[in-house]
Amino acid sequence: MGQTIIEKIIARNGGRSVKPGEIVTVSVDRVMLDDIMIPFIVDKFHEMGFTKVWDPDKAVLIYDHLVPSSQQDDVRHYKAGDEFAAQYGIKHVHRSDGICHQLMTEAGYVKPGDVVFGTDSHTTTYGCVGAFSTGIGYTEMAAILGTGNLWIRVPETIKIVIEGSLPEYVMSKDVILRIIGDLGADGATYRSLEFTGSAVDAMSISSRMTMANMAIEAGAKCAVFTPDEKTAKYCGMELNDFQRGLRGDSDASYFQTLTYRGEDFVPVMACPSQVDKIRNVKELEGTDIDQVFIGSCTNGRLEDLQMAARVLEGRRVAPFVKLIVTPASRKVYEEASACGAIKTLVKAGAIVTHPGCGLCCGRTGGILCDGERVVATNNRNFLGRMGTSKVEIYLASPATAAACAAAGKIVCPDKY
Amino acid sequence: MEQFTGKVWVLGDDIDTDIIIPTEYLALKTIEEMKQYGFSPLRPHLASQIQKGDMIVAGKNFGCGSSREQAPEVIKALGIRCIIAKSFARIFFRNSINNGLLLLEQEKLRDDIREGQEITVAVNSHISYNGREYPLASLPKNLMEIINAGGLVKAMRARNGLTG
Amino acid sequence: MGMTIAEKIIALAAGVPEVKAGDIHTVNLDRMMSNDGTTHLTVDMYRSKLKNPRIADPKKMVFIVDHNVPSDSPKTAAAQKKMRDFAKENGIDFWEGEGVCHQVMMEKYVCPGELIFGADSHTCTYGALGAFGTGVGCTDLLYGMVTGTSWVLVPETIKFNLTGKLCRGVYPRDLMLTIIGAISASGASYQVMEFCGDGVRTLSVDDRMVLCNLAVEAGAKTAIFEADDIALKWLNDRGRKPKAVFKSDEDAVYVREYTFDLSKIQPVAARPDFVDDVVPAKEVCGVPIDEAFLGSCNNGRIEDLRVGASIVKGRRISERVRFLVVPASRQVYCQALEEGLIDIFMESGAIVMNPNCSVCWGSCQGVIGEHEVLISTGTRNFKGRAGHPSSKVYLGSAATVAASAVKGEICTADML
Repeated sequence: MGQTIIEKIIARNGGRSVKPGEIVTVSVDRVMLDDIMIPFIVDKFHEMGFTKVWDPDKAVLIYDHLVPSSQQDDVRHYKAGDEFAAQYGIKHVHRSDGICHQLMTEAGYVKPGDVVFGTDSHTTTYGCVGAFSTGIGYTEMAAILGTGNLWIRVPETIKIVIEGSLPEYVMSKDVILRIIGDLGADGATYRSLEFTGSAVDAMSISSRMTMANMAIEAGAKCAVFTPDEKTAKYCGMELNDFQRGLRGDSDASYFQTLTYRGEDFVPVMACPSQVDKIRNVKELEGTDIDQVFIGSCTNGRLEDLQMAARVLEGRRVAPFVKLIVTPASRKVYEEASACGAIKTLVKAGAIVTHPGCGLCCGRTGGILCDGERVVATNNRNFLGRMGTSKVEIYLASPATAAACAAAGKIVCPDKY
Repeated sequence: MEQFTGKVWVLGDDIDTDIIIPTEYLALKTIEEMKQYGFSPLRPHLASQIQKGDMIVAGKNFGCGSSREQAPEVIKALGIRCIIAKSFARIFFRNSINNGLLLLEQEKLRDDIREGQEITVAVNSHISYNGREYPLASLPKNLMEIINAGGLVKAMRARNGLTG
Repeated sequence: MGMTIAEKIIALAAGVPEVKAGDIHTVNLDRMMSNDGTTHLTVDMYRSKLKNPRIADPKKMVFIVDHNVPSDSPKTAAAQKKMRDFAKENGIDFWEGEGVCHQVMMEKYVCPGELIFGADSHTCTYGALGAFGTGVGCTDLLYGMVTGTSWVLVPETIKFNLTGKLCRGVYPRDLMLTIIGAISASGASYQVMEFCGDGVRTLSVDDRMVLCNLAVEAGAKTAIFEADDIALKWLNDRGRKPKAVFKSDEDAVYVREYTFDLSKIQPVAARPDFVDDVVPAKEVCGVPIDEAFLGSCNNGRIEDLRVGASIVKGRRISERVRFLVVPASRQVYCQALEEGLIDIFMESGAIVMNPNCSVCWGSCQGVIGEHEVLISTGTRNFKGRAGHPSSKVYLGSAATVAASAVKGEICTADML
């Protein structure tokens, strides 16, 4: 009987074949701890009575939600992380290098076929390189740090096939938003999403990252892509036979299969305040906006900034509208600086901040007030996510977001 | 079989973790400081109205969104005895079990009930409301083990030879 | 009888041939600046306290959002929205994310001979171009806004003779902190600090801004330089013409005179919690720091960034330290980007933020925690200015701050 990608990863990890619904204990290849959760993890770890971290080299601490600090107590989280790292010999600590999910893949902490957990729901991102990764709470993280293991339920797989090619100015963000709209915000709960097809093959790792990142918004446990030559290059490695074989078998059993034609996708937005409330941008055109945010682990990468720069080249952000750009990592910032994207954006009037979670996590970085409307490239538009519950958040691709910034209202990116 | 009765607060579909506890308050030092802000984007007064032993009845996909474990901890700290929803988001479900917050899936109850009514829950069996019985599925064995151990922290303490 | 530069500016604004210290005159204001620290309060008063109010001349008004950029809470967002909406309704020049207000004013508005009110204490910066700029509260600003006029008490002037030239590794900031240390935080209360002497010829307009900006820390109403050929060239390069170019008369009356030999100035630091607690920088070397800040309307200009970058180039910021680099304006940022300075800071591990007041204002960015120590190029080191009441702020030059960021403790650049 054939296997899906996720079944292969879990089977390899446990050394025996598995089927959906089974409860298995996996050995963890890597864990990610983010700054907001660190003090809570440390407390639980000690409360559980552990005296050493199972494998300090497998733990990565990343400060991103609270960088730069915006409240006096924020630094308490850095100190807790620094102390924990010093006490247990953890070497991988990133203090101001960018968003956790970007760094985990970009800095090479995750390889195809790995099993990875992180204390943030968007840990699903690492499926972009063919890893099984998902978000957990701080109690389970403490348990992993002590034992190196976690139980999981083997998920059923939903296969998503996209053939053909995407129209110009349609980005992988438009694709994943449409899929979330079709599945619903709970349509993939407990399941694994497996992406395949020629349109997916043609995507960069960054584009795949956007899709894996947002799988959680359909409730998915994880999302995986087959590792290919682009993956190998991105990870700076040669793929082994196991990694090359991480594709769904033709006789694998799928819970559901969705099929799309790349040419059918159009720019879309998730409207306030549900991620699955998807409308075509065309239908929303003309709606006034106050702010635009380009950034986050969903869409703060080089190709996103380059697309925004392409749209804004030689233009200005509309009067009285704010454009905030927060690159996903230090490396992205440096590359965007080197290729001139930062300069184009700043000359157009953008406010470019240091890499971090910024506005997406709603603590600083452009918080809004009652009656304001924002177009944002991040992953969530929940009530109160970026300020008060009377802020309207529209989620869109960087191309659409940049076009909206120039127009001061919602417009399709191909208008620019 | 465990059985208890309480008053219910009724919420809708897709109650996300940012509603349960907004990021703005996530870095407060303790859950006790945080709990007053529970559900504030949706219902600013709810946290102060909940009494110990009350229950929440909600629609589908309760707890969707982030992995913040502060969400079930805040709900528990507010005194909520259990949450009955049409369905739960995955991470929230695990976090709740690990903290000993009981979650029950029930498809129909939400459509029939009104806020402020009383229900009686018989764990792993059914819910009684207004003379009707709403069936409940049994929780998987491995989850019952964590719950029976008193949550994941206690299970790990036992593993490490600590008691209490 | 002769007049000083400040007296001549007031006389011109009052439409009288002569004024003398102690006189009270009604003056026409050339320009008024208000930022997001207080504009919402001014707008509230305008709307609630006045009957059928109108703005005397919207062209004289400039609104600048710089204190909390990007905004960090619904409250600041609401204050900024009020300001934005008011500017839009009334045709007032409005800048958001363009930089720290005084830097933006210097780059775009200030002309020699003008009398300018700003609702911010560091408005005295404009004296670098031979303008009379002074900080006022929002009631004064509101009166100016609706009448175009105000009253001023003609201040006495103190003469500061500057001779010689600063040594290598010593900066205008060291000079001004030394002067404040010498005359005390109230040494120039209600008075004008006029800088003259051959030493002035060695100072660029940027350098002069550093001196004028900090004058309020000695209690001064303002500080001023004669608009010489250096200033006029600077102005001309930016396409502006002076309103009037004044020199102090030979027989002008000064209340006191001081002489400072620039060649004798050494690197200094101001110790917590007073700007006039100035000691040689060597005396505070070795104090461990948690954060370093290079920026502000005092020291966030291109020359300061060049100094900072030259020190961190090829080095790594200490793991113990968060090093915030915040250019004073979009122009400064773009220049720094062109010169590769932003890349140098990013490579060293610094946190590079968009132009704004940042931690100098201490409310939304780089806020420091309990018992933390900051070394800063900001304007003030008052108790709790940068965060927690128990935290400490040292003030030093860009060179000292950058060197300290590398070392993890206060040190001067020559000690690296």
